[in-house]
Amino acid sequence: MLKYLAVTLLSNLVLNSARNDIIAQLQKQLLPLGGFKTLRTDNPVSIGLPAIEQSFPNAAFPIGCVHEFICPAAEEISAAHGFIAGLASRFLQLGAVCLWISHNRQLFPAALKLFNINPEQVLFIDLKRERDILYVVEDALKCNKLCIVIGELQQISFKESRRFQLAAEQSRVTCFLLRNQPRITNTITAVSRWQVRSLPSELQDGLPGVGFPRWEVELVRVRNGVPGKWTIEWKVDAFVEVPEVVTEQEYTHIRKVG
Amino acid sequence: MTRKPELKDLAFVLVLPDHGRMRITESSWPARVKGIHAGMLLADAKVIVPDIKVIDDTPELTAKLLTRICTWCIRYTPVAAMDLPGGVILDVSGCAHLWGGEEAYLKDIVYKLKGLGYHIRVAMADTIGAAWAVCRYGKIKAIIPVDGQKEAVLDLPPAALRLEAGTVERLHKLALYPIGRFIHMQRSVLRRRFGKELLLRIDQALGVEEELIEPVIPPSPYCERLPCLEPIVTKVGIEIALEKLLETICARLQKEGKGLRDAVFTGFRVDNQKVHISLQTNYPSGNVKHLFKLFEVKIGTMEPASGIELFMLEATKIEAVSPVQETFWTGNGNLQSRELTELLDSLQNKYGNDIVHRYLPDEHYLPERSIKPSGSLKEKPAVAWRTDKPRPILLLKEPQPVEVTAPIPDYPPINFRYKGKLHIIKKADACERIEPEWWLDGGLHRDYYIVEDEAGKRYWLFRAGHYHETNKPAWYLHGFFA
Repeated sequence: MLKYLAVTLLSNLVLNSARNDIIAQLQKQLLPLGGFKTLRTDNPVSIGLPAIEQSFPNAAFPIGCVHEFICPAAEEISAAHGFIAGLASRFLQLGAVCLWISHNRQLFPAALKLFNINPEQVLFIDLKRERDILYVVEDALKCNKLCIVIGELQQISFKESRRFQLAAEQSRVTCFLLRNQPRITNTITAVSRWQVRSLPSELQDGLPGVGFPRWEVELVRVRNGVPGKWTIEWKVDAFVEVPEVVTEQEYTHIRKVG
Repeated sequence: MTRKPELKDLAFVLVLPDHGRMRITESSWPARVKGIHAGMLLADAKVIVPDIKVIDDTPELTAKLLTRICTWCIRYTPVAAMDLPGGVILDVSGCAHLWGGEEAYLKDIVYKLKGLGYHIRVAMADTIGAAWAVCRYGKIKAIIPVDGQKEAVLDLPPAALRLEAGTVERLHKLALYPIGRFIHMQRSVLRRRFGKELLLRIDQALGVEEELIEPVIPPSPYCERLPCLEPIVTKVGIEIALEKLLETICARLQKEGKGLRDAVFTGFRVDNQKVHISLQTNYPSGNVKHLFKLFEVKIGTMEPASGIELFMLEATKIEAVSPVQETFWTGNGNLQSRELTELLDSLQNKYGNDIVHRYLPDEHYLPERSIKPSGSLKEKPAVAWRTDKPRPILLLKEPQPVEVTAPIPDYPPINFRYKGKLHIIKKADACERIEPEWWLDGGLHRDYYIVEDEAGKRYWLFRAGHYHETNKPAWYLHGFFA
C-alpha cells in the first residue's frame, strides 16, 4: 500500500506534458486490442471526408474490421445503401473485388456506377435464406483477395460478430454490415456504428428540382473515437461535407451509452 | 528410308529364314516392278535380279515402323490405327474439311508420305472394309462416294475382303470372282459353303456391321478408378478413396497444364447400384485440397448401403489453365484470383449455382433491361456503363402501383400514397421518357419523375402512357434514390 502511494506521488511530480505522452502511448498500445490494428502492408484508404476521419483513432478510416450500419426504418435503407456505396468506391480501386451478400436484394447494379463503382467488380451473392448470410460473410471475410464484404442482415449476435471481427483482422478485409430494421440493436464487436438518414437536397441558389443526394450521417458509436454527426452530400463522384453547426447538446442527447 | 537415302532407287528385299530357305518378306518398289514379291524365295529373286540387295528382316521392325507412322498421322486425325501387314487406318470423320476437302486432304497425306520415301496407296470410304479393299486392289487414290461401297468392291478380287487364304482359294476354284459374282448370293448359301467369316467381311465392307479400330494412342478420358479389396462403408474410407483419386487426376491435369471444371465422383455399390456426387468450378482447377473440400460437403449424401467396391472419378469438363501470375505481395486481388474463385466454388457448392451474380451493361433503355447477368468472371463489359441519366440505388423488381395526385398534362405529382402512407412531394425533376422497345415487346411508354418528399426521401415514379379523357394513366413507384 505504501509503495503504491509512493508511485502516485511520483506521478504527480511528473510534468503534465510527460504524463499525456505516457497516456497517449498506452492508448496506442490498446488500439490494436480494440480492433484498430494497422499493418505496414495495409493500403490506407481515405474516404474523402477529413471531418469524419478525425473521429477515428489515428485519424484514419479503420480497415480490416467490421463497420455496422443501422437502419431503423425501411425508408432509410436507400440512404444507407448510397452511403455504403460511396464508402466502398474509395476501396474499390484497381480492379479490387467487392462481395455484396444479401437476401431479397433490391440494389440496382447499374446505379453503382453513379457512385463511382464499376458494377462488374461487385459480385452479388443472393441467398435464399437469411440465416445463410452469416456463414457466407464469415467465409468471405477469410478470403484476403477481396477488398470489401458487404452483408445485409437483420439480426446478429455478439458471438457471431466476434467471428467476423477475428476473420477481418486476419485477412484485412473490411466488412460493412447493413442491419435493416433490427429487432434489437444489440452491441456487436463492430468498431463503429453508423446511422444514415436522408435529408432534403438543395440545389444552388435555390433552383427548383432534386439536387445531389444528401444525408445526415451519424457516427453513433466508435471505439476509442469521438462520435459525431455530419451532413454529407454525394457530389458527382465524391463525398462533400455540407457545413453545418452541430451543437454539443444535440448529439449527446441521441448518443447511446454503452 | 530417311536414314539410308542411298537405298531409294535400289531394288532390295528383306528376307527371313523359313524352313532352311530364305524367304522374302518385303521388297522395295524398284524390285517389285521387276516382279519380285513378298513370299518368293531369295534364290528365285536372285535369278531375276542377280545383284539384288539383301537385308535381314527383323520381325518386329514393321510393327515398330507402322506405330511410328501412325503416331505421325495424328497430325491428320486423332484416331490412327495400325493395320498389319503394312497398312494404316485413319478415322478421318470430321477432319478432312480442315484441309479444304477430302481431295486436298488425301493429296496432302500422299505428298507428305511420298516425301518421306514411302510408296503408298490410299483410299477413303465410309467403311473400313471398303477403304481397305480399294486401297489394296482398286484404283490408286480413290475416294469412294457416300454409300458407294458396294459399287466400289464389285470388281475387286475376293482377297480384297480380307478373307483367309483358304476361303479365297475356294472362291477362285468356284470361279466366284470378282466379288460382284457372289455378293448378291443368298446369305444362307454363302454361310453354308464359306463360313460366317465371309458374311461378316461383306457386312463390314458394306457398312452393315460396325467395325472398330484400335487407335495407336488410345484417347484416354480423364477418368480414374480405384477398386477396393473390401467394400467401403465408412465416410473416412470414402474420403481416402476420393483423395487418392483426386491426387492422381490432378497430377495428370497439372502435367498437361489443364484444370477441371466439372467432375463426377461415382461409387459402385455391392448391390449393383451407383451413387455419385458432382461438382462444378468457376475456373479450371487442379488443386486437390480445394476440390476435396468441395466434394467433402457432399460425401454425406453418398449412401454406401452394404458397401462400395469401386470408386471412379471422372473429370467431365476440362479446360486449359492460363498461367496465373503469382503476386508476391498479398495486395488487392482481382476477379481472377484463385482464392476468390475457390471461395465462390465452395459457396456455390453449398448453396446452389444460382447464388452468385455479376452484371454487365446491356444496350437497353428500360432500367430492368439495362443490365444483364454475366456467366463468367472473365467477361468484360462490351459497352460502357451509362452515367448520363440518374438511376435509383434500389430498384423494385416489379413497379408498385401508387395513388397519385398530379396536375395534367405533364407535371410531376403533388403527392402520392404508397403502402397507405401519404408522401407530399416538395421537389421534383422534369420527366425522363423511356419508350418500350417495340421490337421486343409492346406496352406503354413510361414518364419517369425523380421526386423528393418532405422528409427528404427520393423516389422514382413513373406514369404509364399518356393522359386520356376516359381512362386515367396508372402511376407506379419503381425505385428509391439514395
